[in-house]
Amino acid sequence: MTQIVKISDDALARAAGADKLAAAFEKKGCEVHRTSSWGMQWLEPLVEIDGKGFGPATLDDVDAILDGSSDKAIGTIEEHPFIAAQTRLTFARAGKTRPLSLEDYEAHGGWSGLKRARQIGPEQIVEEVTASGLRGRGGAGFPTGIKWKTVLGAPGPKKYIVCNADEGDSGTFADRMAMEGDPFALIEGMAIAGEAVGADQGYIYLRSEYPDAIRKLNAALKLCADIIAPFKCEVRVGAGAYVCGEETSLLNSLEGKRGEVRAKPPLPALEGFLGRPTVVNNVLSLAAVPHILKEGGAAEYAERGIGRSKGTMPIQLAGNIKHGGLFEAPFGMTLGQLVNDIGGGTASGRPVKAVQVGGPLGAYLHPDQFDIAFGYEEYADADALIGHAGITVFDDTADMGEMARFAMEFCAAESCGKCTPCRIGAVRGTEIIDRIRSGGRERDTLETAPQMHNTPKDKGRSVEQEIALLTDLCDTMKFGSLCALGGFTPYPVMSALKNWPGDFVNNPDAVEKALDAAE
Amino acid sequence: MSTKEQKIGEIIAEHHGREGPLLPILHDVQEEFGCVDTEAEALIAKGLNLSRAEVHGVVSFYHDYTPEPETRPVVQICRAEACKARGVENIIGDAKAAAGDRVKIQTVYCLGLCSSGPAARTGDDLHIRLDKEAVTKLVENA
Ligand SMILES: Cc1cc2nc3c(=O)[nH]c(=O)nc-3n(C[C@H](O)[C@H](O)[C@H](O)COP(=O)(O)O)c2cc1C
Ligand code: SF4
Ligand code: FES
Repeated sequence: MTQIVKISDDALARAAGADKLAAAFEKKGCEVHRTSSWGMQWLEPLVEIDGKGFGPATLDDVDAILDGSSDKAIGTIEEHPFIAAQTRLTFARAGKTRPLSLEDYEAHGGWSGLKRARQIGPEQIVEEVTASGLRGRGGAGFPTGIKWKTVLGAPGPKKYIVCNADEGDSGTFADRMAMEGDPFALIEGMAIAGEAVGADQGYIYLRSEYPDAIRKLNAALKLCADIIAPFKCEVRVGAGAYVCGEETSLLNSLEGKRGEVRAKPPLPALEGFLGRPTVVNNVLSLAAVPHILKEGGAAEYAERGIGRSKGTMPIQLAGNIKHGGLFEAPFGMTLGQLVNDIGGGTASGRPVKAVQVGGPLGAYLHPDQFDIAFGYEEYADADALIGHAGITVFDDTADMGEMARFAMEFCAAESCGKCTPCRIGAVRGTEIIDRIRSGGRERDTLETAPQMHNTPKDKGRSVEQEIALLTDLCDTMKFGSLCALGGFTPYPVMSALKNWPGDFVNNPDAVEKALDAAE
Repeated sequence: MSTKEQKIGEIIAEHHGREGPLLPILHDVQEEFGCVDTEAEALIAKGLNLSRAEVHGVVSFYHDYTPEPETRPVVQICRAEACKARGVENIIGDAKAAAGDRVKIQTVYCLGLCSSGPAARTGDDLHIRLDKEAVTKLVENA
């Protein structure tokens, strides 16, 4: 019998050399199955033979892997601590199936959620999604069932399901892995949503930075068109704008407009794509639905998690972390457990300095805050957010003043331009941070000229005054921005300043005093 | 009719019936000509019965559309947070030195490879775990 060798065709595995490795095993006469990725990214490319794993494998390892003498052996993959510690519901098929094989998908429970959804009808579907406690995984955490109920109740002959696959947050890749590794699950989730609210057209707004996901989803949609009919679905490729992940900006973009954010109300649920009732959901929200709609699935989902954060979250361990990858677990784990126990600390072996949770708009957390439990409310209480559940680890070489500046720079570069606090404020923010870091600001020649009657003739702004100005600017951005790009950029900025004042100025006490005075 | 006019006409015709056809059209034009220039904007505006200002407003909003074709090979390097945490700023100088005037180094924010950066993209090929040597080689071979 020919040896079956499993190697992922996930984009990260491919970037790590999986294609060449697969060809080498084929040359040795093996039957290579290109599966989805287990999500142990530090081990990619991971080779699986009879349930046992070898990684990260190179071409030089092929012979040793086949004759059983390889020092890259990690034992039985399912028993690996990184996998055994997970509860995989959304990623139940990860590592096990070939992404574009309908046969594999069906053999692993595919389409059973959709079949059942069609039997129980719209009201019951919405009820079960509500009962599951599923909240939007795109960042805002809005209850998915309630959103669907609004769209179900909205009048109108034409409604839409729009999947938000813009995943722009640094430190996140779960949407990508779901789309590349299990595209039918996302499509099934969308078809169920269509069944629930009475929509027969779906769009997947997919960022152009994900060429593999675009290719796979287009292929998957062709393969399953008959199964999801009369529901139809189409991929629309984004054009490189971070803000288009915001749902109303996304809808404008989908309509062929500038990706400017729209004021709410009207809610997209009532007036969304082309002014019609529209469900906009993140990839992970939709991909969680097929499991929830299985017999008993909603209860199984709801019994996991903490407080109002129910079910599991596909957490992404990224940045300077030893064991980076996808870790799906019920809500409730502490940040310390995730970073140290699961993630194994930093990849560099140096001490952890900071952890950013929730992408570019998320706060920088200090190791002192490692007992914080993973949940929407728990993070909000700490002036932080879980967002799309990306966890980015930094070691002690990180310059947090530089990271705070980058947060402002990113906001300025990606602002849609609609509100002044975001469009202009972010530019001023980078300038103020530069001035804080260079010790304040002296009056320039023009200001000191006697003709300039209105300019103050003092020595200029001290670091303390610049910090007060930054605090004020951040407040203005928080309360004067239409969406979270301008509104949340203050979180990484102010958390960096509060936790690591020494990365901004030589005299950290000055920062503390200035912050106290500003409050 | 120039061949460009004809080709753009074909692209418009292909997408005309879709809901929200403009972005798919712009993607195809960018792909075909390496840019969306003013001539293309005018033709698309006419074809979709939009004003040129509207089309230009959309084209200029998105990073993926460029007014002129890029003749050099392009290496996109991610400089977002997770890749910074993994040291991309320490290798960017090497990339630029290797690039000189021959290769364009373009900053992008996140390629979804954040556990294994620094990450880069050339065409549809992705690259991870870059260090000084690897990034130099990547740029030299671009
Ligand atoms: C600047 C900005 C960027 C966003 N980016 C994304 C994104 O990439 N993917 C996503 O699903 N949601 C993103 N969101 C959240 C969406 O606006 C929206 O809440 C979400 O798509 C709703 O789906 P959900 O309820 O399933 O989470 C973003 C929001 C903002 C303000
Ligand atoms: S906060 Fe920024 S990105 Fe959001 S709507 Fe205002 S200008 Fe646009
Ligand atoms: S931050 Fe560089 S790939 Fe995500």
